[in-house]
Amino acid sequence: MASSIADVIASEREALGQQGHTSDGSIAVGVKPSTPKNPADARVSRTLSRDPEAFPALTGREEDWRFTPLARLRGLHDGTATVDGVLEVTGAAYETIGPDHPLVGTALVPADRPAALAMRDFKEGQLVTVDGELTEPVVLSFRGSGQVAHGHVVIDVKPFSKAVVVLEHTGTATYSGGVEVRVGDGADVTLVSLQEWDDSAVHLSAQAALVGRDARFKSVVVTLGGDLVRLNPTVAYASTGGSAEFLGLAFADAGQHLEHRLFVDHAVPRCTSRVTYKTAVQGAGAHTVWIGDVLIRAAAEGTDTYELNRNLLLTPDARADSVPNLEIETGEIAGAGHASATGRFDDEQLFYLQSRGISPDEARRIVVLGFFTEILQQIGVPSLEERLVQAIEKELAPGRVT
Amino acid sequence: MATLEIRDLHVSVEDKQILTGVNLTIKAGETHAIMGPNGSGKSTLAYAIAGHPKYTVTSGSVTLDGVDVLAMAVDERARAGVFLAMQYPVEVPGVTVSNFLRSAATAVRGEAPKLRLWVKEQKEAMAALEMDPAFASRNVNEGFSGGEKKRHEILQLELLKPKVAILDETDSGLDVDALRVVSEGVNRVHATGETGTLLITHYTRILRYIKPDFVHVFVAGKIVEEGGPELADELEANGYAKYVGAAAV
Repeated sequence: MASSIADVIASEREALGQQGHTSDGSIAVGVKPSTPKNPADARVSRTLSRDPEAFPALTGREEDWRFTPLARLRGLHDGTATVDGVLEVTGAAYETIGPDHPLVGTALVPADRPAALAMRDFKEGQLVTVDGELTEPVVLSFRGSGQVAHGHVVIDVKPFSKAVVVLEHTGTATYSGGVEVRVGDGADVTLVSLQEWDDSAVHLSAQAALVGRDARFKSVVVTLGGDLVRLNPTVAYASTGGSAEFLGLAFADAGQHLEHRLFVDHAVPRCTSRVTYKTAVQGAGAHTVWIGDVLIRAAAEGTDTYELNRNLLLTPDARADSVPNLEIETGEIAGAGHASATGRFDDEQLFYLQSRGISPDEARRIVVLGFFTEILQQIGVPSLEERLVQAIEKELAPGRVT
Repeated sequence: MATLEIRDLHVSVEDKQILTGVNLTIKAGETHAIMGPNGSGKSTLAYAIAGHPKYTVTSGSVTLDGVDVLAMAVDERARAGVFLAMQYPVEVPGVTVSNFLRSAATAVRGEAPKLRLWVKEQKEAMAALEMDPAFASRNVNEGFSGGEKKRHEILQLELLKPKVAILDETDSGLDVDALRVVSEGVNRVHATGETGTLLITHYTRILRYIKPDFVHVFVAGKIVEEGGPELADELEANGYAKYVGAAAV
């Protein structure tokens, strides 16, 4: 007999600053698919299709799109964007694929119109196959030089294989591209997606993983550049015993909109998921959005899930939105919870550091790097950690602070 | 010889006058104890000298070797040689003690200490305060006990070697062992003769370990009585009632 739902659900909500925009996340327990508070928003009833026409035209009023400034998507969302090229891809070996490749759509089924358009129309995609235990990261670098492009990446990891795959995004582009990771039984995969775009880029990406029996998947998302970046990391489990971990770090400067929408779909028993996202925002119009949807379906007994989001407001004219959602259709779970907090820069921390002779700029640098340390230390790719620290320091360089 | 001079200092917090004319001169090698009841403004004096933005100096002056301290930013004061050991040190998540100490030493000394020498220096300073070496890799003040927080403050004092050390109720929240260890640290700094110490306390307990040269009784935002160590004994015996009564008149 399972303990009562109240015993296994831990929900924490802190409002640390007046400028925090932590919406009321919901925990819906034992609901039928047809009876959530807003039927169209329930994860279980959402449309999934490779056909763009299966999705109504976007208005911006949809729950999924209410934070996203559609006008800045340059037509990627409604098919009016004129695709005129592909991104330059360098790095590891891959096989070039098209939309009709049999592996396309096996882990990722589009959940919105832009993702369906990208999957239907991409000209050149990349298939990376991992068979065996790799000791060095597989790096694919995507560089934009002003193109409007669709793309697609499939990472096919065979059973009991192990790999770290890094997708780097630099330069500028108007780019929509899906990423799907097939994690074979007993495999161990880390997917790192780095958004180090110039500040004029637009990037949409659905990043789906299908996790096999007793397999491990880790998603690391670092978003520092881009005018508008909207990533949808999702995971589903093909069999029991799988685990998924999502780590995210974003730093939005003046005018940047960086949005991360996660969806963890627990449909089979005894799988685990952990989500930890941290964002910092500074400057007028800087905006991060974090949505963490977790669905525990009726069959997913023994599920253990927890998600955490922390946002740091460095200036009062920046904004961070945070919405955790948990839908639970079974009482037989091991644990489920979420925590979300958005706080202002702590003046007492700054005073403490400055009272030790540390300059205000340096104090700010120390506090922000400290805030991100939890994420940086868990990435597990040492060469990357050092580089990311430098990239964050660049964001904080004097002169960029308003 | 370093001298901190406080002249007719008036300080307000959110438009409420807290300090009402403090006069005090602290020279290197001297230890001054400021004693007073809760709410008398002792901590306000400490924070105003360190430059906390919440405290507004409405009149008076603070100089260090003749240089205007009040005109300096918080970090400039520290680099000029002012140190405040806080009553409630702040947590800095994700920042290790060793990173923090090295950043502070680099700032105060004007250059990064050579890594090899620094490791040794930090290790020895921690050993003197009976601190476990593993302490250096913990995050600043995160999950520290009361005693660990105060040892960490005195560790900074010993490494930064300020001209003036203001210790704000460093004795509060300490058990007997921690009080001894912390006091020994303060005494080591005193013994160098290079640092003037302003010891702010509510109780006479710490004065069993640290011998002040001067004792000042602080009531209602100013010093109302001054004397030598014998004044502390009198306070221990009779409390502050006599002074509080007088100030209320």
